[in-house]
Amino acid sequence: MTSRSDRSQTWADQVLADTFRSDWGRLVSVLVSRSRRLDLAEDALSEAFARAASRWAVDGVPANPSGWLYVTAHRHILGRLRAEEVAGRKVPLLVVNPMTDPHENAGDDLADGLGADIGDDRLQLILLCCHPALPRESRPALALRLVMGTSTDQIARLFLVPTPTMAARITRAKKKIVAAGIPLGAPVEHELRSRLDEVCRTVYLAFTAGYTPGAGPDLLQADLAGDAVRLAALLHDLVPDAPPVRALLALLLLQHSRRDARVSGGKLVTLDEQDRDSWHRDEIAAGLGLVVGLEPDHGYAEELRLQALIAAEHARTSTAKATDWARIAAYYADLEELTGSAVVRLNRAVAVAEADGPAAGLELLAGLEEELHGNHRVAAVRADLARRAGNAELAETAYREAIELCENDVERVHLRDRLDSLTSTDR
Amino acid sequence: MVLSATDAGDESEEIAVKYFVLLAGYGEMPLWDQLDAEEQEAGMAKHAEFDKECANRAGVEIVSAEALDDGSMATTLRTRGGEMTVTDGPFAEATEQIGGYYLLDAPDLDTVIDLCRMLPAYDIEIRPVPDMG
Repeated sequence: MTSRSDRSQTWADQVLADTFRSDWGRLVSVLVSRSRRLDLAEDALSEAFARAASRWAVDGVPANPSGWLYVTAHRHILGRLRAEEVAGRKVPLLVVNPMTDPHENAGDDLADGLGADIGDDRLQLILLCCHPALPRESRPALALRLVMGTSTDQIARLFLVPTPTMAARITRAKKKIVAAGIPLGAPVEHELRSRLDEVCRTVYLAFTAGYTPGAGPDLLQADLAGDAVRLAALLHDLVPDAPPVRALLALLLLQHSRRDARVSGGKLVTLDEQDRDSWHRDEIAAGLGLVVGLEPDHGYAEELRLQALIAAEHARTSTAKATDWARIAAYYADLEELTGSAVVRLNRAVAVAEADGPAAGLELLAGLEEELHGNHRVAAVRADLARRAGNAELAETAYREAIELCENDVERVHLRDRLDSLTSTDR
Repeated sequence: MVLSATDAGDESEEIAVKYFVLLAGYGEMPLWDQLDAEEQEAGMAKHAEFDKECANRAGVEIVSAEALDDGSMATTLRTRGGEMTVTDGPFAEATEQIGGYYLLDAPDLDTVIDLCRMLPAYDIEIRPVPDMG
């Protein structure tokens, strides 16, 4: 619940909002594993939250808010099951691996729900949402919706697609889970590592979507990226010893800590010009604490570790000037070797330009236009480096090219400002 | 795998999904007849191991399994405007590589994926068979 007005919130609303934040995923996971109805659980829980919003203010907040919500949602599911029974409908059920079902010996659901602990299957639910047999673009949406309770509207805004498109994507993914027999339950031991890699990729994808400038007036959806950070934190609570998860959380905390400094007056603010006082210090401290314990790794865990180390270098310096660019450039070189990614080379070029001068950076840009076809950032970086190298002619051409390719309004204004200042110093 | 809605939450009933597992010889697995005798024997051993492991796993059963003749032996039928034409060869170039299939009962997709690791390095497509009952 990121966008509610605080002023009018009664205490009941406050408790409800807190419960939503802390218990949504837990409640979905338990409702799903007990009813085996992936298609009903989330709707039923939304319904229960809606009912609580009107009832708690009148009747008072129940002693066990999440127990109340569980029971209400469970009753809602039972109502739907009865209606289906009357209609003679047969509905496929989610496969729940009994080996990992902690509720095998669960007693009466109702009494259980009102008790203190209703259980926690969130790791299983996350693994389910991030299963490699699901379409890659559906996984982050499903995880945000089911585990974090992010609304379909918000997820659609995050991934820059219309809400009905996103709703259909989520529905299709749920259908495939049930039809293909993707189970809710722990994967076999030797697959857990690769499955956790997929989970981390999914969470990172959700996070970066919030920081990818889209077409149109909004520069970033950093508020929505916050749900991905909380998902990473949850994952770290659930599997604290998994190296990629630790690296992921460190990386996200460090990158997200700069959210308030990235846009000012509707304009993009680059790292070197950001007001470092508006960085979230508590998050930086937490991120740096996690980075310290990371051992060199391989595969995706190492990618995340190197990225976290780079973010940590930026985060620990109090001024842009004090940044250890040589070290950052070295991390980028390792990352490029590991991934062979053209985007990494582009970032490495920026770091090398800071460490060894703009000419060295420009050299690394050679050939990148072809690999990152249509990406305005190559031209934007070339323009900035050319400007700093004193090559006004190259800078002007490159700025114009970047402006041509850039689809985001705010970012284009930024590029135009740079171009204008270039031509005004010329005059 | 379809149970009536009233069974929801009843853990006593074991769900089995029927899976069609299609084996294709792309990638690192060449066509069977291009393997030498020793390689074929090694491949057969892997299939035997797979069969044995299926028998050992709870809830897994091989309903049927066959190797198929190669695509040049295939005949394709297409009906357009009510008119059926008969042509030589498989649906598409790619399906020429299809070498065989398993029809399995299994508790879930992860179990099938795990079992398929034992097979030769085919490219494998797994499809659930929906229960029309």
